[in-house]
Amino acid sequence: MSKPYDVETGDAVHKGHPIVVDRYTLAARINHWITAISLILLALSGMALFSPKLYFLTALFGGGQLTRAIHPWIGVVLFFSFAGLFFRFWKANLWKSEDGTWLRRIRDVLAGHEERLPELGKYNAGQKFVFWGMSALILVLICSGFVVWDQYFYAFTTIEQKRIAILVHALAAIAIICVWIVHVYAAIWVRGTIGAMTRGQVTGGWAWRHHRKWLRELVRPRPGTPAE
Amino acid sequence: MFPPAPNPPVKPVPEKFGDKDLIRKSASTITPASPRQVEVAKLIDVSKCIGCKACQAACLEWNNLHEEIGTFNGSYTNPPDLTPASLTLMRFTEWVNPETDNLEWLIRKDGCMHCEDPGCLKACPAPGAIVQYSNGIVDFVHDNCIGCGYCVKGCPFNIPRISKVDNKAYKCTLCSDRIAVGQWPACAKACPTQAIVFGTKDEMKKWADGRITDLKSRGYRNAGLYDPPGVGGTHVMYVLQHADKPEIYAGLPNNPTISPIVEIWKGATKYFGFAVIGFAAVAGVFHHLVAGPNKVSAEDEENAEKLAGGDRP
Repeated sequence: MSKPYDVETGDAVHKGHPIVVDRYTLAARINHWITAISLILLALSGMALFSPKLYFLTALFGGGQLTRAIHPWIGVVLFFSFAGLFFRFWKANLWKSEDGTWLRRIRDVLAGHEERLPELGKYNAGQKFVFWGMSALILVLICSGFVVWDQYFYAFTTIEQKRIAILVHALAAIAIICVWIVHVYAAIWVRGTIGAMTRGQVTGGWAWRHHRKWLRELVRPRPGTPAE
Repeated sequence: MFPPAPNPPVKPVPEKFGDKDLIRKSASTITPASPRQVEVAKLIDVSKCIGCKACQAACLEWNNLHEEIGTFNGSYTNPPDLTPASLTLMRFTEWVNPETDNLEWLIRKDGCMHCEDPGCLKACPAPGAIVQYSNGIVDFVHDNCIGCGYCVKGCPFNIPRISKVDNKAYKCTLCSDRIAVGQWPACAKACPTQAIVFGTKDEMKKWADGRITDLKSRGYRNAGLYDPPGVGGTHVMYVLQHADKPEIYAGLPNNPTISPIVEIWKGATKYFGFAVIGFAAVAGVFHHLVAGPNKVSAEDEENAEKLAGGDRP
């Protein structure tokens, strides 16, 4: 039997009391936090230039000139860092039939009635929405960002194209900040989640409650994997 | 002839306007100076221009700017475009009048129009980097400029240029420093044919009327004043022989306005953005208050242990 679509490198179960499940490798976590820090810095520097009321945030970056200069470079870091996450996680984020069921029962999701939800793989539909939303928006942001990166790319586009690009950039930024809020809130609300991105581990109970299909796949012995 | 430009004062004179006379300040909310000073304007009479470029030279000299040595591109327009050093530029157009089959050499002095409704200022995110004085002058304050290029996007005339040297935006100041001490702009002072004159906006409109009447009497029946209402009028105006088609003058826009995209970006997008982001954050807090944390139960842990086989490592 081949590896299930949602089992990623390093995912493993350690028996014990409680059971501990490896969810993210050290490399994936470092990759995640570089992306996270970049995204926060981009949001702060971007909002500083977006609204005069938030212009004071430029002080964090050493003034307006430096904010203007550094913002696009952080964007480049984010793009490549997120590309790393994308190639790690895209397969486990493919849409499955249970995701439709999960979405239709979004009321039960919000109410915390896990018992009424289908068994899920490594990611639920909400997480998949965050993943694909981030992917699409980062693509839009980097493309529109290049159009308004006047220091190096002024000559390649017309002023009218730059106007459209900066409007698109602002709207995409608003959208990605909302996706980010959903992402952070879900991690806080669903207790036991943050450990996945800090220590790389969750408890067996967390996996059972939220990603039971994934847990079943991890405990099921697979040919070709050495017995513990 | 219009009364000639005054000679410089020999004694220091107090500034006629300054920070107390601001009516707009970029990315800032200010109380507009009241009462307004008399609005000033520069009138550029294209029909009187001989293309000598004295204005261009005077601009470089007064502002102590140095244009790079360029190349010849087959046109008298040189440099080929406005630059951070060339705040004004004679644009030469060879235009064949379809009615007369005559070649007309249209020479327009390009530069900041000092809009009454300035798109650059409205787009600028840096507090105080662009200001508008109550006499109508729109000026860049370079200490506050961050070089983002938003003014370029806001401008309906494609005027501001960002310097590659200091990453700040440059454009014609209307010689605000000269006007403050009762002088004409350097270009107007240098013009040998009075194709450029300076005064109050009303004076300039009146003077333009006389010029237009004269042009019409000589067969230019579409002669007129370019003072586009789409930007609230400008403090640099043109007398055009063919005011019905300004675009023949090296692309002078017909009825310019601040781009609606810029208006949406700087207007509705801000309110929409903060509303949506605020809603998302409040919804999160509210949900947590109502639903409480989603905790893993002891039962979940037991079930997981059962599934995994239960044996201790």
